[in-house]
Amino acid sequence: MSATVETLEAIERPPVTMGSRLEGELLEVSMGPQHPSTHGVFRMNVALEGEIVRKLKPVFGYLHRNHEKIGENTSYLGSMPYTDRLDYFCSMTNNWAYALSVEKLAGIEVPERAQYLRIILAELTRLQNHASLLGFLLNDMGAWGTPLMYAFREREKILDLFESLSGSRMMCDYMRFGGCRVDADDAWLARARQIVDRFPKFLDEFEELILGNEIVIGRTQNVGKLSADLAISAGITGPMLRACGVNYDVRKVDGYGFYPRFKFRIPLGEHGDTYDRLMMRALEMRESVEILKQALAQIQPGPIVNPKVKIRAFRPPVGEAYGRIEAPKGELGFYLISDGGPNPYRYRVRPPSFINLTVLEDLCLGHTVADVMVILGSVDIVMGEVDR
Amino acid sequence: MESLEQIKDRAETAIPGAKIDIVPNPGPANQPSLLIDNEHAPAIAKFLRDDAALRLDFCSNVTGVDWLDRVAKKTVKVKKVVDGEEKEVNQTTEEKIPGYLEAVYHLYSITHKHGAVIIRMRTEDRAAGARLPSLTPIWRSAEFQEREIYDLYGIRFDGHPDLRRILMWDEFEDHPMRKDYVQPDDFEWEPTPHDDVLARAKQHYTPRPELDGAEKITAGSGDTLKR
Amino acid sequence: MIGTGILKGMAVTARNFVGSYFDEERLITVQYPEERNPLPENYRNFPFLLYDGDDPHAGLRCVACKICEKECPPQCIYIVKSDDKKPDYMGKPQFYPKVFDIDISVCMSCQICVEVCPFEAIKMDKDFELSKRERFNHLLQRKEELSKPNEYYHSICPTEAADVDAKLAAAAEAAAKKKAAAAPAPATPPAPSGSSSASASS
Ligand code: SF4
Ligand code: SF4
Repeated sequence: MSATVETLEAIERPPVTMGSRLEGELLEVSMGPQHPSTHGVFRMNVALEGEIVRKLKPVFGYLHRNHEKIGENTSYLGSMPYTDRLDYFCSMTNNWAYALSVEKLAGIEVPERAQYLRIILAELTRLQNHASLLGFLLNDMGAWGTPLMYAFREREKILDLFESLSGSRMMCDYMRFGGCRVDADDAWLARARQIVDRFPKFLDEFEELILGNEIVIGRTQNVGKLSADLAISAGITGPMLRACGVNYDVRKVDGYGFYPRFKFRIPLGEHGDTYDRLMMRALEMRESVEILKQALAQIQPGPIVNPKVKIRAFRPPVGEAYGRIEAPKGELGFYLISDGGPNPYRYRVRPPSFINLTVLEDLCLGHTVADVMVILGSVDIVMGEVDR
Repeated sequence: MESLEQIKDRAETAIPGAKIDIVPNPGPANQPSLLIDNEHAPAIAKFLRDDAALRLDFCSNVTGVDWLDRVAKKTVKVKKVVDGEEKEVNQTTEEKIPGYLEAVYHLYSITHKHGAVIIRMRTEDRAAGARLPSLTPIWRSAEFQEREIYDLYGIRFDGHPDLRRILMWDEFEDHPMRKDYVQPDDFEWEPTPHDDVLARAKQHYTPRPELDGAEKITAGSGDTLKR
Repeated sequence: MIGTGILKGMAVTARNFVGSYFDEERLITVQYPEERNPLPENYRNFPFLLYDGDDPHAGLRCVACKICEKECPPQCIYIVKSDDKKPDYMGKPQFYPKVFDIDISVCMSCQICVEVCPFEAIKMDKDFELSKRERFNHLLQRKEELSKPNEYYHSICPTEAADVDAKLAAAAEAAAKKKAAAAPAPATPPAPSGSSSASASS
């Protein structure tokens, strides 16, 4: 590097015009797709005025593999492992949503124990998803590593449970039409009980660590406010919707599975800002723990799969069905059209995190670039699902 | 919630000229839908959203479906004069149903916690007539999903604020979710030896020239590198 | 008072730091590869082919029915049926796979091939240290690499393997009885077990 005298002088006394030259003009910045805090290959084209975001256009498709086309070219069963790869944090709930839709399409009953297992696994998924989301969100805020590692430590225990049941930590491929693939033995249930009982301790600690923290409060409160009307109109679902104070949870509304049998509350926010979205996750984990305790106490031995359902050559009758569940990230739905063949005629995923991004621009306008990362983190996206 | 017939009647009286058909669903799921006419679609959608008893304020899922040209065979008895005698003959008529694209909306009500009401719209054909009115002004959640339909199915939504490709890149031509979409043959070379993909990929790519001997490093030679 | 939240958080961090030396629950790091966590019995990785006895050719259970090839979602199994027959594990003459390849760069460990195989011939392996020197041919596993003895299966999944053995023994006994009952009639080859749904239960 050869720095001449002129440039050194220029650094010391920057020309006055430098400041005013960009005044009133917008600076276009492309954030991502390989930005460390975009949670994958997500890109935003941002127009900045100074540090303030004036325009934001999300750019999708870097992870697009046309999941739906693959689903239309694969047998019904063959799509099950592919659903794991949608939202790879929550393969159990993806499995469930898909199984639920196919069960609706073909009119399949699910035995009781399988329903319990599904609820247990779905709520465990919610625990680990929310825990790691909080960790990642803090990571985005600059709390490098530490909270994330604490969250991952807890997540690890749940993933170990998944692994010993389904054989894989993340790509569980656990559910089948009309039930589940593997039965959980008593040792597994005992371990699950133990982990669930200890989970509130982690939550207490985690809340102590972050929720009273002045920096977290300063970074999140009144940042990225979302009004209830906009949230409803934009189809926002999940914790993000409830953070605006809208009481809508598919577990309560549809009452799929055996959820009506359990007592749990739906946490609601008030302001719809990032802090509320963060709190929503923390509170939902507590409710999930309640559901898990009840489910683990009530589960009875029994068959885990409907014996009438054939594994091979499964052909649902002609018709269509839309099934949806409350996945950790929002309403996850599968829309299937059957023409009576072995493959679905139409296979559509309603990805919650994709649709939750509809309002990203509205949330970020007027905030600084650093806030964009926090807001994006609080939306909770996984690119495997957004781009499909 | 009201039945679909009631919704249909009320919507048709509220919006003069609107035409709604009920599309039955034969499967066990029993989710019939309303086929609304394209011209009055925004008005009907607005009615569904704002009507006090319905309040379908949450548009959950928006998606496209591609229906290719179909031939529906119908057998009817017709009277025919055969050899000067009138006879009843079975005659099979083949009705060509021209293909169309469809947009399906799944609506729920957050206010009343009911649903789903499914509405669908059909385009005239699969080429130039693949246009539908956009319902994004009614439900913002359709914004990205209609863009996705435009991208993957090629339905143009009139009135959409920002109709661009969303998942495929801007220069991409064709619409990959259509049933008659032909896959490109420039896949990356994969070791799967039995795949016709491989054959096509090999055809597509002419053999690469040898560059600095790099091409000579093949499967077998890896083992000779053992130290 | 401003700052108390931060101090509280630091107390939590300190607790975790100290705890990471003593507390079992906070002490979770494993020094791989010197230390290893035991793999759960259900753990699955890539499929392998089972053979009985010592000879991978004679004992191979696979009869090249190609069901797994058809059902595999990413189509990573490739089978060529043999021209001749060899006696299978129940003594019946059956085809065998002349070529049986699994492309593990495509395989997604979904276990569907295991579930659909009516002959208990393909099972999930637990070997996860599969790094290879070359991306293409080395990740294509041939029949020879895939074939593994029943003892190996017993060593990785003891309960499941015992279940499978019991099931096959029962099927063989039933077949033998049937054969004895209809002695002169040519033995029709019944599948050891018609239902494949139970194959994954443990
Ligand atoms: S299904 Fe089983 S027996 Fe048939 S080809 Fe596959 S491994 Fe062999
Ligand atoms: S595990 Fe799944 S992907 Fe792999 S070979 Fe078997 S069926 Fe195919």
